[in-house]
Order: sequence, then structure tokens, then C-alpha cells
Amino acid sequence: MLIRFWGSRGSIPTPLGYRAIRSKIHDALIAARGHQLDSPEAIDSFIAKELPFSVGGTYGGNSSCVEIEAGGDEYVLCDVGSGVREFGNALIAKHGPAKKSRFNVFLSHTHWDHIMGFPFFTPSYIPGNVIRIHGCHKEMRDVFIRQQSNPCFPIDFRSLGATIEFVELEPGRTYEIDGLSVTPIRQNHPSDSYGFRFSKDGKSMVYSTDSEHKFDVLTEKYPFVEFFRGADLLIFDAQYSLADQISVKEDWGHSSNMIAVELAQLAGVKHLVMYHHEPVLDDKTIEKVLNETRRYAEINEYPQKLIVSSAYDGLEIVI
Amino acid sequence: MEIGERRDGDILILSPAGRIDNDTSPSFQTRLLGALTPAGAAVLVDFSAVEYISSAGLRALMMGSKQAKASNGRLAVAALAPVVKEIFEISRFSLVVQVFDTAADALAALR
Repeated sequence: MLIRFWGSRGSIPTPLGYRAIRSKIHDALIAARGHQLDSPEAIDSFIAKELPFSVGGTYGGNSSCVEIEAGGDEYVLCDVGSGVREFGNALIAKHGPAKKSRFNVFLSHTHWDHIMGFPFFTPSYIPGNVIRIHGCHKEMRDVFIRQQSNPCFPIDFRSLGATIEFVELEPGRTYEIDGLSVTPIRQNHPSDSYGFRFSKDGKSMVYSTDSEHKFDVLTEKYPFVEFFRGADLLIFDAQYSLADQISVKEDWGHSSNMIAVELAQLAGVKHLVMYHHEPVLDDKTIEKVLNETRRYAEINEYPQKLIVSSAYDGLEIVI
Repeated sequence: MEIGERRDGDILILSPAGRIDNDTSPSFQTRLLGALTPAGAAVLVDFSAVEYISSAGLRALMMGSKQAKASNGRLAVAALAPVVKEIFEISRFSLVVQVFDTAADALAALR
């Protein structure tokens, strides 16, 4: 199973401005002093091995969209935030517009940052494509229609060329979709959100964004411990610091890096990916939070090592 | 968990020992909120014997901070061991409660 991130940012897309680009070039040039960079290969190697990711790359600016490649005939996506635009464009660049495809979207919820990419998802305009949007919210269709109607958008949802279906799922039930076993779970978020556990051939991945975990103490009885149990990969909403999560931003519907580690460790997760990055955080701060989170996982001294990553647009993970 | 207690004038000093985690944070929270319930109470939590604190322990401190505000009281913590200091930094909790290097510094500020 291959997981590919097309949008990792929370709440709103956050493109890099010229100052941020210049700052990265500045830092890279300083780091390059004394290095022998006289060939393209040497430069590529320097960027990959010597520069921090926050300088040589970026955690990205698109809002939520994750692709799952699991060997099926159809495309599988979690959420259609602004990242889905690039997914659609990449698909057409690879296969051309004539290839007809089927897509399964699993929608965590209908908040804007999770659906805003759909009006710019080119395959939705092409007759012959089939897009099935699976989720647990009854009002999915209405929200997509409303998003893509006057005066908010010039092209009406109902005029799109692709066949678009909405499939309502029930939390707690397991479905077989394009060779994947998929189970939704209800999450604590304003107007509810849903996480999904995907399994195939003994491997499992959990997509759990926009979920605020509130507990006085964490025990095995907390339902998400079982839902995350033994997952090879857990994509987890770690938008806030713990202090923010339980003070000024309490009940805003998001979690923190420390809760992520504690839940992942108790559930025996192998690889935790922090996701839905807070829009105000720049690349250096996200990298700092990543290092701190790895350190917290070490401090907790669990017998099973937890790999901790921070999602970025373009990240690919094979499980 | 053991929570030592002494007074310095009007200031109550609580001294928990060991780990403040899922097992021990309920008793820590009960003790802390009890201490902060009287109007205008001043409480210093001396962390010098605390080896570790989890999110549950930090949540207890947050509840204490809210209780202090509600009862017009004051809460401070002091003498964090290096690992506990790291956890405070990771959680950004220094923005939630007043943190002092030593108990003497905290007492001076609370007086």
C-alpha cells in the first residue's frame, strides 16, 4: 500500500510568499559555503543530505488530500481539499484527458478546507469518469452543490461531466471497496468528522484528521485506542500544541502532537504522521515541532519504537 | 502518589514525587484543585521530585490554572527536572502557568 500526500495543511491553503523563498535561498547559500558543488549531481546530493527539509523543501500549502494506492483498479482519496487539484492535474498529465477513471473519495467531513479543491478537480468535468464520494454526513451532496453554485462559483455542480455519486456510510461498519476494507469512526469535531481505517493484505492505515481527543486520563477503554490498534500508519490531526488544544483552542476540534504520541504508543502504531498543520506555522517551526515530538516519543520509553513524521505535500510512504 | 505539603506564610507548597501520568494525575488534580478552591489561594507546585509528566498531568495543571483564575488565586510551578522542563517546552505549557527556576524565585513572585 502506498500513501501519497497531496495536501497536508490544516484549515486553509498556505502558499509560500517570496520572502519565505528568499529566506530558504539565503539559508541554503550559507549552508553551501565550503562545499564542492560543481555538478548537478553534487547539488542534488547536497540539497537532499545537507539541508534541513525546512530549507531544501516545504511542508506545503495545500489543504487536506491523501491518495491511497493499494493495487485496485480505482483511485482512492481521503478528502478533496485544495490538494486534489494537483492530484487531478498530475493524472491528466500522465494519462491524458481521454482515459476514463473511477474514483473513491472518503470524506472526513464537509468543512470547507476538506472540499474546496473539488471545483478545480479537472476529472470531475470529463464525461465517462465516475466519482463516488463516501462519507457519514447525510448532507454531503447539498454541501457540494452549495459550494459550486452562484454566487460562489461560476460552474454549477449539477453541470459537471463526470458521474458523481454520494455513498453514505455507517460508522463502525466495515465495507469492502475496491479491494480495501474500510471502517469509519465518528470523531469529536464541530458538526462531527469521521476517521477511516483502511486494511488490505495484513497492512492497515488510519486517516484521522479534524479530531479533538478529550480525556482526563488515557486508558485502553478509550475507543480510538482500539481503532488505531497496530496500524502500520496513522495520519493524525496534530494541529496544535497541547497548551493551545486544552486552553484557548479547546472545542475547536483539533488535537496536538503530545496526544498523538500517547495514543499512537498505547495503540501500538508503527508510524505516526502528523497532519493538518496549523496555517500560522512556517516550515522551520513545523520542523521544530517534529523534532520535539520525536523527543517526546523517546522520553515515554515505550518498548516498540514509534516512527514519527510530519506530512508534506509530495510525501510518499509505503507500508 | 505522594504529595508533600507545607506552608510558607499564606502560600501553600505542594511537592508531588515521582511520575504524574495516567495513573497518578487524578489524585494530583484533586489535591491541586482542592488547594486552589479557597478564594485568593496562592499555590506553588514544587516539581523538584517529579520525574515525568504526561498530557494528563498537564491537563490537571490547566484545570488548576482555570481554578486559580476563577477564585482569584495564584498558581506557579518551580524547579523542573530537565526532562520535565523539556515536556513543558514541547507542550508550550510555560505559556499557561508561571514557571520558575527555583522554589525561592516562585515564592518571591507569589508573595
